[in-house]
Amino acid sequence: MTKEIQSPALKTAPPAPARIAPAASAPAAAAVTFDVRQLNVWFGSNHVLRGVSLEILPKAVTAIIGPSGCGKSTFLRALNRMHDLVPGARVEGRITLFGEDLYARGVDATLVRRRVGMVFQKSNPFPTMTIAENATVGLRLNGLRQKDVLQERMERSLRMAALWDEVKDRLHANAMSLSGGQQQRLCIARALAIEPEVLLMDEPASALDPLATAKIEELILQLKQDYTIVIVTHNMQQAARISSHTAFFYLGELIEFDQTSRIFTNPKEKQTEDYVTGRFG
Amino acid sequence: MNNWRHHWRKIKSAIVSGFCLISAGVVIAPLALVLFYLLKAGASSLDPHFFTQLPKPVGESGGGMANAIVGSLTLLGLAALVGIPIGVLAGVYLSEFGSPRMKWAVRFAADILNGTPSIVWGIVVYALVVLPMQGYSAYAGGLALGFMMIPIITRTTEEMLALVPNGYREAAFALGIPHWRIVLNVVLKTASRGIITGILLAAARVAGETAPLLFTAFGNSFWSHRLSEPIAALPLQIYVYAISPYDDWHRQAWAGALVLILFALALNIGVRVVTRGRLGFFAGRRIQPASTSGPG
Repeated sequence: MTKEIQSPALKTAPPAPARIAPAASAPAAAAVTFDVRQLNVWFGSNHVLRGVSLEILPKAVTAIIGPSGCGKSTFLRALNRMHDLVPGARVEGRITLFGEDLYARGVDATLVRRRVGMVFQKSNPFPTMTIAENATVGLRLNGLRQKDVLQERMERSLRMAALWDEVKDRLHANAMSLSGGQQQRLCIARALAIEPEVLLMDEPASALDPLATAKIEELILQLKQDYTIVIVTHNMQQAARISSHTAFFYLGELIEFDQTSRIFTNPKEKQTEDYVTGRFG
Repeated sequence: MNNWRHHWRKIKSAIVSGFCLISAGVVIAPLALVLFYLLKAGASSLDPHFFTQLPKPVGESGGGMANAIVGSLTLLGLAALVGIPIGVLAGVYLSEFGSPRMKWAVRFAADILNGTPSIVWGIVVYALVVLPMQGYSAYAGGLALGFMMIPIITRTTEEMLALVPNGYREAAFALGIPHWRIVLNVVLKTASRGIITGILLAAARVAGETAPLLFTAFGNSFWSHRLSEPIAALPLQIYVYAISPYDDWHRQAWAGALVLILFALALNIGVRVVTRGRLGFFAGRRIQPASTSGPG
């Protein structure tokens, strides 16, 4: 992994459209998870994401930072086609997931979302369902019926989300009876149960206390063994603790994308430095 | 000077609060008066026979309104068959699917229909059903009441679905669940208590309707054996008995009115229980903020 981080491909040169030259002969599909090219997003006439290009590497945590309204969440939601649900939203550019164009004609957004899981800022387990039902809802409502398979996947996803030991004795209690941090881990389990290839996280710990936050971060570090994770965060210490790469967004543009250590210690852009040192934002 | 102003302000405040209190009393008083008077006038005729026997001919005392009670329930059942599916589906359309222009049109129509005098429904169904079928029938009465339920259920369903936080829909979409499944298993399920409330209130509203039944269900002094026959209904029976010249019938009418208002009261209390019940969606919503510390 460290080799990938130090590859010269990650050096950025704004405002060139493609920031990262694809590795010369290596099969591109294996080398990167998301390849984002010239991504533009509009909400109505509001141009919120301007020409963003970057590559997200597999089995690593990529953090997206930047002040409120800079387009972080908009970028994240473009990766699983959540903007399709917003009337008046328009996405232009090209996003490939392991080489497949997610926005190509004929690609079903529902199938894209099964491959790209998402965890939201506000924990949102379904209030009418039990803990067990929440964990398996993505499978059940996509048509999986076999009880033994559901049972096994429920336990596995709850274990992966580090929640199993806390809830195994009350799987049939209502999900709203959990604490805020547990609810958020249940949402992570729910997303993992459908076995996505990538996990997107939109400020997953911003509504949690420090202890619950630490648990989520620990969980993210474990999950990156198997998953590509893209996380939006307001908390720069969090980005520094858990991510290997960091992208800094400002006013809808990608200002800098590099190894996390470089972004925080030796950024190339003045704006990045000002932001990470707390001079604005 | 200052002191006088202070007193004057206090007096004004007392006058205004006094009027508010009186108005509030005027709101409660009719219900109390109606209940009290109905109990006084109707309770004496309210014996087991009232619920089990057919009306007796003029001059014979006793008898009951069993056929009218069963008739009213039959009509409500038929109305529910029409009103619930169409009302709920139209509400789902408004909240989850429709284009803005269609939504505006449907909402506008539902609001107009909500305000339509109920006798108009009777005339419409008379023309649509009674004339072609050449006879009054339970079907016609049920349809008239069902038409009345549709706009009420449509609007409450829409409002209840709009209360379901968008975060649940997004979470479901992000799991790659098909849209129709999200609506059915997440959105409708989350709002189910609210929708049931709307349905019960709509039923309570139409249960006491007389006008739309006058020339659809028509009324019947005996049991009706087929839904294609005229059928008795409590409000109709009350109406017929109340305008009759016989004291016996007047007493029966009071008892019928008492049963009708107790039925409406029971439905309303049922609604309170449903909405206040354990682990309802709204109760869950109230618990939630306490369990998470605010945005950090």
